[in-house]
Amino acid sequence: MSRSLATGNHAAGHALALAGEANRNARGCCAGAYPITPQTEIIEYLSGFPFSKGRIVLVESEHSAMGVCIGAALSGARTFTASSSNGLAYMTENIFAAGYYRLPTVMIAVNRTLGPPWNIWVDQGDSLMMRDAAWMQFYCDSHQDLQDTVLMAFRVAEDKRVMLPVIVAMDGFVTSHTQMVVDEPTQEQVDAFLPECVIPHKLKHDHPSTFGGMTWPSETEHHRWEIQHSMENAMTVLEEARDEFEKIFGRRPAGALEAFETEDAETIFIACNTMARTLRNVVIERRKKGEKIGMIRSKLFRPFPRKELLEAIGPAKRVAVLDRNHSPGSGGIFWQEVAATLSHDPDMLLQDYLVGLGGGDVTPENINAIIDDMSERTTASDPEWKDDTA
Amino acid sequence: MTATTPSKPYENHLLRPGNTNCAGCGMSIGLQWLDEALGDEQPVLVIPSCCGIVTAGAFPTSGYGVPTTATTFASSPAVATGISAVAKMNDIDNPVICWAGDGGTYDIGLATLSAAAERNEDIIYICYDNEIYGNTGGQRSGATPIGAVTATTPAGKGERKKDIMAIMAAHRVPYAATLSISHREDFLRKIRYARSIKGFRFLLMLSPCPTGWKSEPDQSTELVEIAVRSGLFPLYEIFDGCRYRINQRPDNMAVDSYIEQQRRFRQIWGDPDALNAHIDAQWRYLDGMATVFPAKDSPVTAAVT
Repeated sequence: MSRSLATGNHAAGHALALAGEANRNARGCCAGAYPITPQTEIIEYLSGFPFSKGRIVLVESEHSAMGVCIGAALSGARTFTASSSNGLAYMTENIFAAGYYRLPTVMIAVNRTLGPPWNIWVDQGDSLMMRDAAWMQFYCDSHQDLQDTVLMAFRVAEDKRVMLPVIVAMDGFVTSHTQMVVDEPTQEQVDAFLPECVIPHKLKHDHPSTFGGMTWPSETEHHRWEIQHSMENAMTVLEEARDEFEKIFGRRPAGALEAFETEDAETIFIACNTMARTLRNVVIERRKKGEKIGMIRSKLFRPFPRKELLEAIGPAKRVAVLDRNHSPGSGGIFWQEVAATLSHDPDMLLQDYLVGLGGGDVTPENINAIIDDMSERTTASDPEWKDDTA
Repeated sequence: MTATTPSKPYENHLLRPGNTNCAGCGMSIGLQWLDEALGDEQPVLVIPSCCGIVTAGAFPTSGYGVPTTATTFASSPAVATGISAVAKMNDIDNPVICWAGDGGTYDIGLATLSAAAERNEDIIYICYDNEIYGNTGGQRSGATPIGAVTATTPAGKGERKKDIMAIMAAHRVPYAATLSISHREDFLRKIRYARSIKGFRFLLMLSPCPTGWKSEPDQSTELVEIAVRSGLFPLYEIFDGCRYRINQRPDNMAVDSYIEQQRRFRQIWGDPDALNAHIDAQWRYLDGMATVFPAKDSPVTAAVT
């Protein structure tokens, strides 16, 4: 292991490459790759990596990038790619296909605002758009978290109890283009951590079958039920992967979520990605003033960890969600999930705040304003817009 | 050339009995001849959304006796690229074959097809061209001939058919050829030649669709024969995108009986000028190319049988 200074894109690309290389004694690895800001550095890194058994196919669109991953995974290879924003939107049809085909592809989503109007800065709406695509989704708050989570993603995705693709998300520019110190894994460590990729339903010449043809409603319903069941298995598999990761790498990545100062908190704030790091610092400052507040970093979005979230919230009756995404006509998408999780509790005051949409900086001042607003509330309202001019 | 019928049990045939193809569907002949040409070699079939994937029937049974995957409508060349790439790195030599309709080829999948051809992926791409969106009930596509009535062109299509062979030739793919289900030896030879080389190979098969063409199912092979002899569907090969070989010249058979046997052409019954103009323009182009850029040994072969 070596310490190095890496951009988020480099950290993610390096983890993808090591994972791909780790499958060199099995079927190898393959990716379809297409550039889009701000993830382009990742596919550039992959294109230059000297794989001993792998191919990066430089395709003409994101739609085909995922198409290549589908074909390669159907042939038993380890597969991965990266995209952002409108690229993810263009890829959508095949994102669903990979999920419903149950192919354990890992995709880095460098969160970027969907256009128009044209905007290259961070907003989680692009990957959250894929919430119903049968992919697991992780949201990362640092370069180390990102690199570790990419490796964890392959282990969980390719576990036969899960066998579903995974999106690993980071903030565009805030994470992708800034540098942090990371403990970079070695190839030997990744080889030890990741078993050979085995896809039980790959295309076989000794057992020819037809994949993805017509099914009747009852079989389709069963297929969806199986995916739901596998999503539920993912929680167990994730915990096992964390244990194994700790043994090999000597550190323990975050699991479904991270709770901070929640034990005696009366009000709890929930956020993801780098916003959660700013929120944590603000919570530390306000704790010093005696305010009983805590925070939860939401990391796993699919499956949504309802049980873990309820445990982390505990007896608190005031919860606020900070959403850097917007579902027009509703509100924040994390808020919708939290609301569904807390729907049994009539005494809960749950408030949504929309912040940093379109990539506006979410500063300690923004977060302090939200905490002030929340402290004066006696009832919840429609989602509050708190932009960086608030 | 003597054709050999694979001596394998029915469940291992590429196209099994009990598939859902309509009577007279060009695919039924095309898939069986593809199987015959490959002999004991087992391909992987990659089929985008089209009648070709409906052919399989409903899960858990399948009309296909070889490993087969459906893909999204525009994606068969991309998915086949992934399959072919992993096959190559694992020393697996079974051919990877896209079997796609004209909608997936001429229209929605054209960018994907173009990119796979430009990368010269090791794929055999066969378009069974029924000149219509057959699976959705018969709407116009870029392959629909001028004058044809479809569900979305009730007065007859006003535009000419897209020249997909010229588009593929412009990619300089190693091999592009047209296939006729009324010219068996020519069909088998072209599949076998395609199989014998590497890189991107494009094959275009005129595929009668009695449902969409409003023709009699037992007339399908005869209709294709007229299409070839009238010059409407030329039989030719293009090597490396720049050397042309015409396999059969039109013998001046009138296109009239082709259109009169199909009610999709009812708007131009007795008035085939538009189709004849298309035939003339097509042959001026093709003859010009074959004269200036002939295939080395035999620019114009004798008529095939």
